Amino acid sequence: MTPVAAVPNAGQVLLDVRGLKKYFPIRRGLLQQTVGQVKAVDDVTFFVNRGETLSLVGESGCGKTTTARCVLRAITPTAGEVLLRDNDELVDVATVPKERLRALRRQMQMIFQDPFSSLNPRMTLLDIVGEPLLVHGEGNAQERTDRVVELLRLVGLRPEYMRRYPHAFSGGQRQRIGIARALALSPRLIVADEPVSALDVSVQAQIMNLLIDLQERLGITILFIAHDLSVVKHVSERVAVMYVGRIVESAPTEALFATPKHPYTEALLSAVPKPDPRYRSERIVLQGEVADPANTPPGCHFHPRCRYATSVCREKTPAQQEIAPNHFVRCHRATELSLRGVPTSLS
Amino acid sequence: MKLRAPLSRSRESGNPASLRQESPGPRSRGDDDRRPLLSVRDLRTSFFQDEGTTLAVDGVSFDVLPGRALGIVGESGCGKSVTAHSILRIVQPPGRIVAGEIVLTRADGSQVDLVKLKPNGRLVRAIRGGDIGLVFQEPMTSFSPVHTVGAQIVEAVLLHNAVSRKEARHRGIEALRSVGIPNPERRIDEYSFELSGGLRQRAMIAVALSCAPRLLIADEPTTALDVTTQAQILELLRTLQRERGMAIMLITHNLGVVAEMADDVVVMYLGKVVEQGSVDDIFHDPKHPYTKALLRSIPSIESKPRVKLPTIAGSIPHPFNRPTGCPFHPRCESFQPGRCDTAEPALTPVGEGRKASCFLYP
Repeated sequence: MTPVAAVPNAGQVLLDVRGLKKYFPIRRGLLQQTVGQVKAVDDVTFFVNRGETLSLVGESGCGKTTTARCVLRAITPTAGEVLLRDNDELVDVATVPKERLRALRRQMQMIFQDPFSSLNPRMTLLDIVGEPLLVHGEGNAQERTDRVVELLRLVGLRPEYMRRYPHAFSGGQRQRIGIARALALSPRLIVADEPVSALDVSVQAQIMNLLIDLQERLGITILFIAHDLSVVKHVSERVAVMYVGRIVESAPTEALFATPKHPYTEALLSAVPKPDPRYRSERIVLQGEVADPANTPPGCHFHPRCRYATSVCREKTPAQQEIAPNHFVRCHRATELSLRGVPTSLS
Repeated sequence: MKLRAPLSRSRESGNPASLRQESPGPRSRGDDDRRPLLSVRDLRTSFFQDEGTTLAVDGVSFDVLPGRALGIVGESGCGKSVTAHSILRIVQPPGRIVAGEIVLTRADGSQVDLVKLKPNGRLVRAIRGGDIGLVFQEPMTSFSPVHTVGAQIVEAVLLHNAVSRKEARHRGIEALRSVGIPNPERRIDEYSFELSGGLRQRAMIAVALSCAPRLLIADEPTTALDVTTQAQILELLRTLQRERGMAIMLITHNLGVVAEMADDVVVMYLGKVVEQGSVDDIFHDPKHPYTKALLRSIPSIESKPRVKLPTIAGSIPHPFNRPTGCPFHPRCESFQPGRCDTAEPALTPVGEGRKASCFLYP
């Protein structure tokens, strides 16, 4: 693991999310009566230490983006706490009054998935990267321009380009612009929602390296949202796996990949195609479909697809237990199963 | 997964009109087994736009052998999809095939050069969907939202086979069953938006297979899917290929999918084939600097966490701004000034059954 000693208060919890829930009502008919609820996020608990990268990984519809939006309070959670450390005080982002929220938002910024639609085509780089500064009333025009120059250098773009428009840049360069914008206010927490999945393979590595690099230099904390497990393995210190609105397992990266404790993690790891034709494995192919968050199965959400499920899994929701230091899992059979992981190769 | 293949015998009942026109083909050879099912030679497809002409496919040659899976890999703009569109003669204007030949060997042994056919002619329409099945990336947009899945399968079956509507529907149900869709009798009357992503892609494969093609072209078939669904679809494609002896041309940017599925691999960059060979050669002994760099730069699930990846410098050039000489030279580690930027290397043999286009291999 990378040393984070350079970061002040490293290891201190920066973000602490407890029992987070977000339900979306399903409305039908003329009177728009609520006929059901989509439980997009259903009792999610996790923490992120200062200066580290926590990845939230899961398949589409598992609630990872909704969790991120709740953390930023882009949407208001139904229940639960989102505690963010602001100086020495823990503030609940979920309930903080609007006036305070504005100041808190300087601490949390976002990097988006699609570098094409997340940049306004009618704004120059200077306007795009400088906008957060303008919104938060930072400095005068000259100071803002200086800051933009500094930011562009930081992300590996030439400052001469700052009067150009986004269309003149490739996907990878645009993603750098998005990163520069997120860094403008020197936030403590960056939420990166699938920042490399829209990029070409040869460019993906550049952006992943940039994120690791920036984190080491600036000591920022990253909540990294992704579906690609190989990308997750490269960038994160800890990983949390989500399935249908719940975190089923979270652990330090090595431990989660080498010794998964939840059957869903095992299946997910085994489903990743390995870039080696000699390794055409007998993989675990999950049967059936991801459960519908509007109509979740009773007990463990994963039991209809789980090959280890017993009667208790069908009836009781498993609680989160700490099976090893920092290794949390929500499975009734976590201690008795021995599951197949992915070894870290030495080459 | 239980699979049946009741459709593979239906080939004989194909539309008689589609079988009538036969050209002897430019290369009639006796050895039938290793004779390529599809042979692409020096294909060039250009897009004539106001801003300039883009050579999307620039002299591409490869063979698809019967019953084998050919993987075509490359990043965006390398021309892999345009190659597939050229084979199917569905290149959208202002694009046009400028040169080359695409020779398809049909079930009766006759050979047809697809480039010489009228793009909307009767024979091409019989081949497209008949001899060659198609699976696209986006299962959501490939289906019409205002027709049921069944109506779209029945349409494909009726178009290529002289059968009754009732028989076509029966075949549609069997096709859905063969791709592992539960309750096909009920599902056939649903609309595509009622199906999940994985089921929709299965339905797409069912449409492609409903006329028992000998070649299936799959253009990024799993890119829009989650990993566990992707694993299901890849497994399905592999089973179908084995059971039906069907050839697959798999187009993807995902090297993991290629390693998993393909027997032979073609690596493309900016409209050119830079390397081709068996899947094992490409992954374990790559020759072209681009292939090498690409393989090094992909994140692996087996790597150590928080380790920086080797990268390829720069980004893919804009198609209007193609480098001179070898298209990869501005990003290449083995760049030789005065050579790589002035002349284009030809695709030359670099070993048993493999080729690369690089001056490192004279």
